[in-house]
Amino acid sequence: MPVELRRVCVVGAGAIGSLLAAHLSRVCEAWVLTRRPQQAEQLNADGLRVSGKHEFVGRVHATADASELPDFHLGIIAVKANDLEHVGQRLAGLAPQATMMTIQNGLGAEAVIARHGDWPLISSVTFMSGTRRSDVHVEYELDTATWLGPWASTRTDQAVVDAVAALINASGLNAEAMTDLVPAQWSKLIFNSAINSVSALTELPHVARYVDEEEASSLGHVVRALVEEGKAVAAAAGIELYEDPWDMNVLAVKRGETSHSDYAHLPSMLEDVLAHRPTEVAFIAGALHREADRLGVPVPVTAAAHRLIKGKEASWRTGVRT
Amino acid sequence: MANGGPDMKVCIVGCGAVGSLFAAHLAQVDDVEVWAYDVVAPHVEAINRDGLKLTGEANITGRVRATTDAAELPACEFGIVATKSMYTRAAIEASAHAFADGAVASVQNGVGNEEVIAEHVERVIRGTTFPAGHVVEPGVVHMDTRGDTSIGPFEPKPAPMDAVTRLAEAITAGGMNTRALPDARGAQWTKLIFNAATNPLGALTRLTHGRLCELPETRRLITQLVDEGKAVAAALGITLDSDPDELVDHAAKVAYEHRASMLQDVLAERATEVDALNGGIVRFGEEQGVPTPMNQAIAALIKGLERSWQQPR
Repeated sequence: MPVELRRVCVVGAGAIGSLLAAHLSRVCEAWVLTRRPQQAEQLNADGLRVSGKHEFVGRVHATADASELPDFHLGIIAVKANDLEHVGQRLAGLAPQATMMTIQNGLGAEAVIARHGDWPLISSVTFMSGTRRSDVHVEYELDTATWLGPWASTRTDQAVVDAVAALINASGLNAEAMTDLVPAQWSKLIFNSAINSVSALTELPHVARYVDEEEASSLGHVVRALVEEGKAVAAAAGIELYEDPWDMNVLAVKRGETSHSDYAHLPSMLEDVLAHRPTEVAFIAGALHREADRLGVPVPVTAAAHRLIKGKEASWRTGVRT
Repeated sequence: MANGGPDMKVCIVGCGAVGSLFAAHLAQVDDVEVWAYDVVAPHVEAINRDGLKLTGEANITGRVRATTDAAELPACEFGIVATKSMYTRAAIEASAHAFADGAVASVQNGVGNEEVIAEHVERVIRGTTFPAGHVVEPGVVHMDTRGDTSIGPFEPKPAPMDAVTRLAEAITAGGMNTRALPDARGAQWTKLIFNAATNPLGALTRLTHGRLCELPETRRLITQLVDEGKAVAAALGITLDSDPDELVDHAAKVAYEHRASMLQDVLAERATEVDALNGGIVRFGEEQGVPTPMNQAIAALIKGLERSWQQPR
């Protein structure tokens, strides 16, 4: 039986949510559930503009009121990991026939959503990136892939995963369906734990320093230590990584430096830090730290990064500002 | 001296906040002539015009001869280097001629300064100081805290113990208590370990000292850094003055709102002294075969943070 994906709801209109909603609106009926009513109104009035790698205006249906959503076939949860619990509550009881897809950084998003409904879940990790220019305008920067796989605990049908990947590809973005996402998810988790942690603490975009191991105090050593600790945790968990996170680091830096000489990618956690927003550290370095403790693997540098970022977040609550 | 000339000429090399505390206090002592070499022209001009004024914990004005030109310095019996550690080399290269027959003490942060001074000067004094202050305006320095200074011969190129004692007596006579010790390494490493465990964490998190100690996450990191420093000190055969971990808790009580100097540097986007602090522990650790992975990671993060200021924004 063909998989029905005629109507899609993207939850959250940040950079990733906006890129998905705008592109999908070209191949299906795309709804956007926003947090702020003004953004929904403006999206309904103006559409959702994409610039950069692609140039078009997507016609989306938007609302900030979950009860206004029609039944949809696919929900894509594209909010920050810290907002998952709240989103789960808003979606509870809705679209019982839908498949839900999480696309957060780090570990644990699926489990949060699964607490709020019986939907089959798709895990995904994305390597595409964009910058939100306004409520109704997103710039498409890195056109790298999004990887999808069934979340094992809900026994999601592989045919649905394949169909969702095909839909995303048809919309003009890049997606790849896998039968087991865990190796890729962990590769990205370890990559993110290293890159996001270092960026949050140094406020340095992801630039060549991240691969520099020239001197004893070179930053690449910290990145390397975080990557090696993450790999040790994965090995202890019996997970064979899809890609070596250090190679991902080298490649990302190279891509940034050669395609645009002035391009310096701001990891999302650095964006959060600069805006004094709570970071996703609990789902990234914090998740690795917890897994490491559970498995008895020493991860001193990961633990230090986790603790320092918690400390940095605490400083915003006490008013010490730059 | 019979002719009424000064008994002792002392030159402060780097007359910022800490250097000014020494200069103004020493200038209170009869028969000590105080010179100051500093590159900040407005401060030098104000000192020469109005004297060097201390406020806060001290309320004194000292007559000090200040210059931005090291060639103007006379031959001095003592030098006291008080620059930030990254300027030690340039400062002593320029001023070493004044100490051809004298001895030079470091009262700087971290470790490694005496080694640099010893490349240019024959008789060197290891030192550690706790008083702190900040420059309020040219010629005026606020003394934030009082505290002891410890000095002793620098082992590879030592000043004679009687010279160390003579300098300690002069500084003490000026109003800053100074101990002359045969081995000043314990005092230096106690402060080094304390600073290396707290300063960079304040700089990375932006937390005040008290908050840093209050949060279990960051308090635990302090102990990890302290433990690495203690292991290196033990390998070097150094007996610490006191337990840096206890100093941390004491400081949390008496200096809760204190922003570590490295945090102040970071907020002002000035180069930090991390190379002399955590970097110093790492270097001595390598020499002794003692692993210091946490200090190494923290030093690299601070260097990365310094680097971020050069990024286009």
